[in-house]
Amino acid sequence: MLRFVVRRLLLLVPILFGLSVLLFIWVRALPGGPAVALLGERATPEQIARIESLYGLDRPLYEQYFSFVRRAAQLDFGASIRTNQPVIDEIQRRFPATIELSVAAMIFAVGIGIPLGYFAARRYGTWLDNLSVSGSLLGITIPVFFLAFILKYIFAVKLGVLPTSGRQDVRLIVDHPTNFYVLDGLVTGNWNAAWDALQHLILPAIALGTIPLAIIVRITRASVLDVVHEDYVRTAEAKGLVKGTITRRHVLRNAMLPVATIIGLQTGLLLSGAILTETVFAFPGVGSFVFGAISFRDYAVLQGFILFIAVIYVLVNLVVDISYGLIDPRVRVR
Amino acid sequence: MSLSQAELAVERADSGEETGGSLLGEAWKRLRRNPVAIIGAVLILLFVLVAIFAPLLAPFSPTERVGQTTPTSIPGPTAEHLLGLDDLGRDELSRVIYGARQSLIVGVVSLILGATGGILLGLLAGAFGGWVDNLVMRIVDIMLSVPGLLFAIAVAAALGQSLTSVMIAIAVVNIPIFARLLRGQMLAQRDSDYALAARSLGVRHRDIVLKHVLPNSVSPVIVQGTLTLATAIIDAAALSFLGLGGADPSVPEWGRMLADTQRYLAVAPQLAVFPGLAIVFSALGFTLLGESLREAIDPKYRR
Amino acid sequence: MRLSPNPRRVLAATMGGVLAVTLAACGGDSGGPTTGGDTGGTDDSAASAKTLVFGASADPVIIDGAFVSDGESIRVIRQIFEGLVTTEAGGTDIVPALAESWEVDEAGTTWTFSLREGVTFHDGSEFNAEAVCTNFDRWYNFTDILQSPSVSYYWQTVFGGFAQNEGDLPESLYSSCEAQDPTTAVITLSKPSATFLTSLSLPAFSMASPQALQEFGADDVSGSGESPQFTGTYGTEHPTGTGPYKFQDWTRGDKLTITANEDYWGDKAQIGTVIFRPIADGPARRQALEAGDIDGYDLVDPSDVQALEDAGFQILRRPAFNVGYIGFNQSGPPMDNPKFREAVAYAINREDLVTTKYPEGAEVATQFQPPQLWGYNDGVPTYDYDPDKAKQLIEESGITKPAVEFWFPTDVSRPYMPDPAGNFQLIKADLEAAGIAVTSKSAPWSPDYLDAVDNGKAQMYLLGWTGDFGDPDNFIGTFFQTPQKSWGFKNQQLFNALDEAEAEPDQDKREELYQDINAQIMEFLPGLPYVHTEPAIAFRPGVDGYVPSPVNNEDFNKVTLSEG
Repeated sequence: MLRFVVRRLLLLVPILFGLSVLLFIWVRALPGGPAVALLGERATPEQIARIESLYGLDRPLYEQYFSFVRRAAQLDFGASIRTNQPVIDEIQRRFPATIELSVAAMIFAVGIGIPLGYFAARRYGTWLDNLSVSGSLLGITIPVFFLAFILKYIFAVKLGVLPTSGRQDVRLIVDHPTNFYVLDGLVTGNWNAAWDALQHLILPAIALGTIPLAIIVRITRASVLDVVHEDYVRTAEAKGLVKGTITRRHVLRNAMLPVATIIGLQTGLLLSGAILTETVFAFPGVGSFVFGAISFRDYAVLQGFILFIAVIYVLVNLVVDISYGLIDPRVRVR
Repeated sequence: MSLSQAELAVERADSGEETGGSLLGEAWKRLRRNPVAIIGAVLILLFVLVAIFAPLLAPFSPTERVGQTTPTSIPGPTAEHLLGLDDLGRDELSRVIYGARQSLIVGVVSLILGATGGILLGLLAGAFGGWVDNLVMRIVDIMLSVPGLLFAIAVAAALGQSLTSVMIAIAVVNIPIFARLLRGQMLAQRDSDYALAARSLGVRHRDIVLKHVLPNSVSPVIVQGTLTLATAIIDAAALSFLGLGGADPSVPEWGRMLADTQRYLAVAPQLAVFPGLAIVFSALGFTLLGESLREAIDPKYRR
Repeated sequence: MRLSPNPRRVLAATMGGVLAVTLAACGGDSGGPTTGGDTGGTDDSAASAKTLVFGASADPVIIDGAFVSDGESIRVIRQIFEGLVTTEAGGTDIVPALAESWEVDEAGTTWTFSLREGVTFHDGSEFNAEAVCTNFDRWYNFTDILQSPSVSYYWQTVFGGFAQNEGDLPESLYSSCEAQDPTTAVITLSKPSATFLTSLSLPAFSMASPQALQEFGADDVSGSGESPQFTGTYGTEHPTGTGPYKFQDWTRGDKLTITANEDYWGDKAQIGTVIFRPIADGPARRQALEAGDIDGYDLVDPSDVQALEDAGFQILRRPAFNVGYIGFNQSGPPMDNPKFREAVAYAINREDLVTTKYPEGAEVATQFQPPQLWGYNDGVPTYDYDPDKAKQLIEESGITKPAVEFWFPTDVSRPYMPDPAGNFQLIKADLEAAGIAVTSKSAPWSPDYLDAVDNGKAQMYLLGWTGDFGDPDNFIGTFFQTPQKSWGFKNQQLFNALDEAEAEPDQDKREELYQDINAQIMEFLPGLPYVHTEPAIAFRPGVDGYVPSPVNNEDFNKVTLSEG
């Protein structure tokens, strides 16, 4: 088992190496070159020259690459052109918002997706099954920004029942010990604030959670169908075990394995989906910040964000792989 | 394994192409009976026909202004303009129709580029194995370690605003997907009976790949291609929604039309709804057909 | 008129009640919710308990006037800081602020300011002549990256250079400052300037506490990573001025809070707390106002004006003090051909463009400055829409295959250009109708687009200008007084005329000079001005006392809040 974990960890090395090379080349391929791209608005030739020598952009490429890696390893991605703040500070400051939104989206997706997928499978071929299958196909194809637009139009503009922007009513005076606003409200005993933060989460979480929801419904349905037809379930049924026990003991437990994998894999997608969702809902997380970085050509931010997201994505995949290996020894053999 | 058995296996494999053909034929039969597949096919057909015959179908030119608008009065649907006018007084229906062209072009070109690149990489990895395989698969891992949309954004940002960069960006994102798919197919079939048998008969490696492995990989590639077209349409819309689309805004693009008319939400919400629905239905068409194809070809998904 | 009660608010109020009980049971806690604004039905006795939430289009960059040129930073800086002089409410005339009076010697280079007494900065330190000189000397002695045009834009625009110029900068207009006594500051210029006093109303030249500047390292810059960054906390955590509001805190991307300055020397603020909340997306700002999340916002989209008014919201319009124009780059053909430029002017239907894309109150421009500003000339050539004449002029110009590269910016909405892509498409259609082939070029506004235009890469482009102070020099002087790559021409006669007008001490003569220059410019046709707009700002009913200003000098201290 240890060997398996070590081997998976070793596989990370080439990926991270390749990724850093890719990002290094990327900034150098950008229009205007790195000094202009990073210095931004109307830099004079003198400044460009100064920056280039100051940061070693006139040194050989491999030296530049090593210094880039050294800084990246210390989480130093430079400063944002727009805010003059270190990129890592900007990411840290906004990341709790994005995590909160992603968790809410995942709760929405899992909370609805697993029961729906399960019942669709158990009532195979009924209207519920057909509805959930076609609904999930629609869920995969509807663009996040269009869904967000519809949600906003219905719930906020027409019905006026839910807030359309931000994380919390800014008039509330709230302490933020954790920066997860719902949690903050609960921890400080400020139910009002927690409730308000929760309401702000609803529409963006639905918009962001729809694609994972659709995928979870389908995977749950498929794997429940698989398990139901496995011999041991049939045996259990033949033995006359109560249906509830079969469901609990056999079907759900075995069917959850692929579902858990998919939930893990969706994390990275959630983070990139957050760019669109947070922008449309003016949600102050990493995603809306990156959207701003795209239009302002704030490459230091994009560089930092891409590396950051990729590392998270790779690590999540690793955890999924390893836990999969722990649960199912067959995987380790590969 | 004796020689005759090996010959038998190769023969089986050769006739397997025929059975493969009849397999496809069976898949086709299943497909025709599947209402989901038919709906998907109809949507695609509609989309492709609209795209090809846009000049015949559109009642007006997509760039010609046919009425006066102001920021606060944008006429909605009328008998003459079935979907109303857009914010500059152009016929919305004609623009939605021409938008299909852009989507189709972006989708097909980026698919062809991405699939070709991916298939070549996958072939390389699968055919040579060893360190080549290792190298290619690590590159694929790296490309897959950045979520698709973010990757496309990064590529499009580096290439600048144009339709070409959108197509390249989406193609690049698809390369690792096809590469991994093809390599998987090759590995599965390299160890299959007929490949072993053919090799023991002294059939050249290249011929095995070209005559057996590649043809047998066609169906999963078709399935993946159909599904890829759906994501390509959505991603292209997302890129132009983010302001990374084509350079000329008078060329109708669904994503941009949706983004540009967000500001008229209060006055003319229909301007965002029509291109939005167009994106959903065309992407849905490819998803439905792709999923049904997958079910029809791969029994694992059947049920 | 109030919209139907918002269920969320009712719920929030109920929750508040529940919470009060809970808190009492816990023996009280400081973290209780204080809701102001439209929920505070019970607490309208004390003005300081009220909160106004304003929807900004972006986060400020930094709360230090010396380093910014963006509207959202300036909006906050205006509340916290004051300069020696300011503009009258709703106008452009210069009135006293921290200086009560001033005089200039005959040479026009020595300015003596008599300062207001008894003014203190928010940190309790005293405002006096020393402080004035410290501020001027601070700006004058900027070095290194602080001399970058994007950092100290306004200083360079008004004063030119620094004590020690590091780049290719002109000699500084500023020469020295002397504190004669605590209430008298004498500023010496290197040459006379008719615009010096007016420009002191800019927020870039507002007075900051020397103690705070020093203590919190306002000018500390370090290079880490691949770009420079401000390491001091002055501009992000401790901006300290003399204004009616004090800085409280700033959570980037979420909100910036300022609170009333109880010791303010002038009219004390009526609203205790003002929160600026960045909402980048235009439609999202409008929805936030409709939903009651914010009390007002700026940069109202033309298409929303009517709907908001119909729903009972207030729309305030600023006097038109801007110009939107199409720039022509004359550095090469075909734009260097005067007949062709004229043809382009006749080909474009500006009347239709303004009707289609602009709200009520916008008017077609005939010259590069707004009619409200002195120096405007009614008699300039106007080039009224005439496509036939355009075609004829193209023929006369000798250009056989007329083609242009036309640039427009993306990701931006300016008061004079709410929808650049829309303007572009209309103009493109007009040009094509006149037989001119158009190649579309677009780039994100900052930095790519501005770079392309400033470096003369854009042949035809959309641009505009919002005035900073009430002087024609701020419009046509900014555009045409020196050779610029964006225009690509060298017209010495025009440059000289503008130099002369800027230096002319007699106001009547100056006005005449500028009128002549406006006519001269429109005959030369370096570009085609097409619109002046009245930028709109929206508030919910019940917000009163906000005075829209042509130069965006708008104070929140006179604003009152009541149930709408």
